[in-house]
Amino acid sequence: MNPTRKRRMIIVLLVLAAAVVAVGLTVFALQQNMNYLFTPSQVRAGQAEAYKTFRLGGMVKGGSIERSGDSLKVGFTVVDADGALPVEYTGILPDLFRDNQSVIATGHMAGDHFVATEVLAKHDETYMPKELKDAMEKAHHGKAVAANEAPQ
Amino acid sequence: MSKWIPLWLHKLGSPPIFYRFAGTLRPWFLALALIAGAIGLYGGLVLAPADYQQGDAYRIIFIHVPSAWMGLFIYGVMAVASFIALVWRIKLAEAVAMESAPIGAAFTFITLVTGSLWGKPMWGTWWTWDARLTSELVLLFLYLGVIGLYHAFEDRRQGARAAAFLAIIGIINVPIVHFSVNWWNTLHQGSTVRILGPSKISMDMLWPLLTMMVATKLYYVASLFGRVRADLLELEGGKDWVRRIATGEQATGEQA
Repeated sequence: MNPTRKRRMIIVLLVLAAAVVAVGLTVFALQQNMNYLFTPSQVRAGQAEAYKTFRLGGMVKGGSIERSGDSLKVGFTVVDADGALPVEYTGILPDLFRDNQSVIATGHMAGDHFVATEVLAKHDETYMPKELKDAMEKAHHGKAVAANEAPQ
Repeated sequence: MSKWIPLWLHKLGSPPIFYRFAGTLRPWFLALALIAGAIGLYGGLVLAPADYQQGDAYRIIFIHVPSAWMGLFIYGVMAVASFIALVWRIKLAEAVAMESAPIGAAFTFITLVTGSLWGKPMWGTWWTWDARLTSELVLLFLYLGVIGLYHAFEDRRQGARAAAFLAIIGIINVPIVHFSVNWWNTLHQGSTVRILGPSKISMDMLWPLLTMMVATKLYYVASLFGRVRADLLELEGGKDWVRRIATGEQATGEQA
């Protein structure tokens, strides 16, 4: 390799290395703030106290969904491995919302419970045919998408 | 250096030889891409069973996921070609890098649009600023930046060198896009198809997906060859071999 090319290669690699270090440090510094959501146990531990509005993420506890008969108001409990938080929400829920579904709720704490202004359903990375899923668990969860009916 | 690069590769780097080589191969790549695409789409949209929780709406992954892979793959090709272009000043590498950018931008755009269309019914929102979506948007802006910078210069080769720098620096974003779902809590789900370990998708859904991946790769090669050929003709405008093609003295058996 002739000297000119070697010099160019070194310059390019140095610029790239500098950019990698800069971005790496930025990402590392932002690590604390880049979390999209807090889990119920993190909220219970007071990690979300600095935020007026934040996102709460976890699973909808099976059987915890309570719909009010005359409005769009809905109450449910979001759980993670070792925490639970009751959530209140008024509005239209996404198709995937149901028992044992991962959800992300945006809102704020009001006393002991969380008041959501938006509820998003987090999809998981598993894809399988309905028949297979039905065969795997013959019980009730296998229905395609039945979010508009109140799950049992 | 010439010791470890075989002679045919050296020859292939020369514009007139690459022009003919790409012209011969391009129809084959295009035909195979169309066949694979037809098989993949038929398999994905007709043969594959409905998903257990999303029903038929999941079928957008047969477009969304291959496009997302191509967005990252093409960026990698562009960055490597940019590196070669900067260090060795090879015209062909410049052409490959600069002509890859619009194709990659198109795939990234398709990824963002299909993801958004799927996100509204499934997640409940068109867009959210989580790490995966944001870094994918940054990828699109990087592509647009490379295209814009390239065209901002009067002298094409100077523009290509400036844009190549941007392309190389932007490669940092590629691992961020890929690993964002592991590094941070995101709304976007994790990787379904894994090279290491079992994929989280059933076989009758996986094969159309992989067929679509092959189809998009072949399409990229065909599209790139066509674009690079046109670019080389323009870049080498005054040279003998271009003049011969233009005046039709040499039968290449192919139109540009």
